[in-house]
Amino acid sequence: MFSRIVVPVDLAHLNRLDKVLSVSADLAGLYDVPIIYVGVASTVPDEVSRTPEEYAGKLEAFAAAQARAHGIEAMSHPLASADPQGDLNRILRTAIDTLGADLVVMASHAPNWLDWLLASHGGSVAEHSHASVFVVR
Amino acid sequence: MSDTRTGASGQDSEKPELEVAAEESPDVEPIPEPEGPTEVIETDYEIGQDNVERSWTLSFDIHQVVFTWSALAIMAFIVLTLALQTEIEPFFTGLRNWLTGNLDWFFLLSGNIFVIVCLVLIVTPLGRIRLGGPEATPDYGYIGWFSMLFAAGMGIGLMFFGVSEPLSHYSSAFGGISVGEDGARTDWAPLGGAEGNVAEATRLGMAATIFHWGLHPWAIYAVVALALALFSYNKGLPLTLRSAFYPIFGDRVWGWPGHIIDILAVFATIFGLATSLGIGAQQAAAGLDYLFGLGTGEATLVFLIIFITAIALVSIVRGLDGGVKVLSEINIALAAALLLFIILAGPTVEIVTGFFANLGAYGQYLPALSMPFGREDANFAQGWTAFYWAWWISWSPFVGMFIARVSRGRTVREFLIAVLIVPTLLSVLWMTALGGTAISQVVNYGVTAVQDAALELKLFEMLAGLPLTAITSFVGIVLVLVFFITSSDSGSLVIDTIAAGGKINAPVVQRVFWAIVEGLVAIALLLGGGLIALQAMAVSTGLPFTLVLLAACYAIIRGLMNEPR
Repeated sequence: MFSRIVVPVDLAHLNRLDKVLSVSADLAGLYDVPIIYVGVASTVPDEVSRTPEEYAGKLEAFAAAQARAHGIEAMSHPLASADPQGDLNRILRTAIDTLGADLVVMASHAPNWLDWLLASHGGSVAEHSHASVFVVR
Repeated sequence: MSDTRTGASGQDSEKPELEVAAEESPDVEPIPEPEGPTEVIETDYEIGQDNVERSWTLSFDIHQVVFTWSALAIMAFIVLTLALQTEIEPFFTGLRNWLTGNLDWFFLLSGNIFVIVCLVLIVTPLGRIRLGGPEATPDYGYIGWFSMLFAAGMGIGLMFFGVSEPLSHYSSAFGGISVGEDGARTDWAPLGGAEGNVAEATRLGMAATIFHWGLHPWAIYAVVALALALFSYNKGLPLTLRSAFYPIFGDRVWGWPGHIIDILAVFATIFGLATSLGIGAQQAAAGLDYLFGLGTGEATLVFLIIFITAIALVSIVRGLDGGVKVLSEINIALAAALLLFIILAGPTVEIVTGFFANLGAYGQYLPALSMPFGREDANFAQGWTAFYWAWWISWSPFVGMFIARVSRGRTVREFLIAVLIVPTLLSVLWMTALGGTAISQVVNYGVTAVQDAALELKLFEMLAGLPLTAITSFVGIVLVLVFFITSSDSGSLVIDTIAAGGKINAPVVQRVFWAIVEGLVAIALLLGGGLIALQAMAVSTGLPFTLVLLAACYAIIRGLMNEPR
């Protein structure tokens, strides 16, 4: 059905990702395909890492931990941006194409009145990506 | 090299395919490889530790102290300014006049120090140090990078003063010296003026203008930007103004000394932006009225501010690469087109030879113009130069922080040449083309329309003397508006980063909040009165920031010396 799952993760807010991580791991097990965890580092120091390089290490460790915990194949794909929030939708769309993923599993906030201005990342990716997108709320 | 790292064994078959795909992607910047040794500062402070992060309908992530105090103080100032107009405006204009009148030597001296520090850093071995570590690669290409530097740094001012300032200095220099009854000079001529001498008055006028738009303002920006970039990218501290003070205050920068620096920066930025937005809307409206006869009533002004803010919001939501960068590139392309047109349609040979002549005049008059002590031309040195220096300095937290944000991966030398030398040369060309054409219209053809026009219309009157007026004037108005939108967008980006304790990954909705605050402050003061008071206050913040910048010079040199070489 699918050949490669991309799961965007925000290392600063892992506590919000429980559902996404287990759903994606279940799907990876079901179709027996690898997961690529995509994370976007700030180019300036933030609470997760001081350099993009340090971030890459953390994302790699995170992927390895997920692989062990769920018994799946997992890889990491670290990216960096001077505006990891504002440019996120564009970065994710390009990364999904680059990685050739056909399924994206990602978290999204519940719809609210601000969506007319700030569409949710999940919604934006689903709207523009060629891959199937599973938005978890 | 692969950007995708294998987290579990047995994935080797996946890797080659991913590598190829990754190299084909021009938009996504892959993670930089190990960036080499830098002197990372060890501190117990964790970025974001003083932040509050909540998520109700909206999620936000702000620095409790900086955000709260800035927001409260901004509201208090607005209420005070609106309620006590008759008291507040004279107070702040008085404060500003006192500062530029009595401390002019301090502003001029500090300005000279900033230029010398930057020039020395270019030629010393410290210039080889790379921001982000020895092996870091630039985040932005030359065109995008340079467009953003220039659009943030000057932008709108060049549109309004490009014609008026050279003309103004030319006229006062041509008028010569006049002395009042008390023996003090009453004229506004730079230095000794050049009474009755057209050629010399032109040279002096151009030199004085270039002086105000050349090395000094860009050195002011460069100092702030370099300090922030160095302490953030190389030393691992958050991207906020207080980080540059780590060498001086140590871990105390995370407490109140740092809070005060950051709150001041938010203040200077939001008041500077709001006053520019308000005053700029008046100027843009005057231009639109000149072209289309739309009137310059309050409704037009409020509509313009809302329009500018609305477009800025769209750009903010599109992020840095999709928003500010694109806007800046449009800006520079349009400005370049206008400049090229003026050079070709105007007195081409005069402008080309004038470029070199004015550069020479700038070099010749620079020592006298930048002399902090014993000035005879007090009106010029205080009313023009000191005012400009205070104004540039009060803008420097905003521009410097924005420049720092987009300059990772450049060497110190490359950075300083791009922030100091290239913009200065471009300013010389811009002033020569716009101001030189206007002076030439006055001198050679006796056309005084430009001289007689109101400040905000001088550019359009000058364009009226050239062919295709309707098109060029329209391009001029569009440029003014796009420059404003860019400022509103990048300003919100910067204020939000400071108010979030240096985090650039806070929710975008916070930038939307700041952009709306800027617009509302501008509208409130435009309708209620008080823009002049607020502008005077923004300029007054130039004094504390001059001290901040001097300290930053020390921090930069200390910080660079400690980097592994």
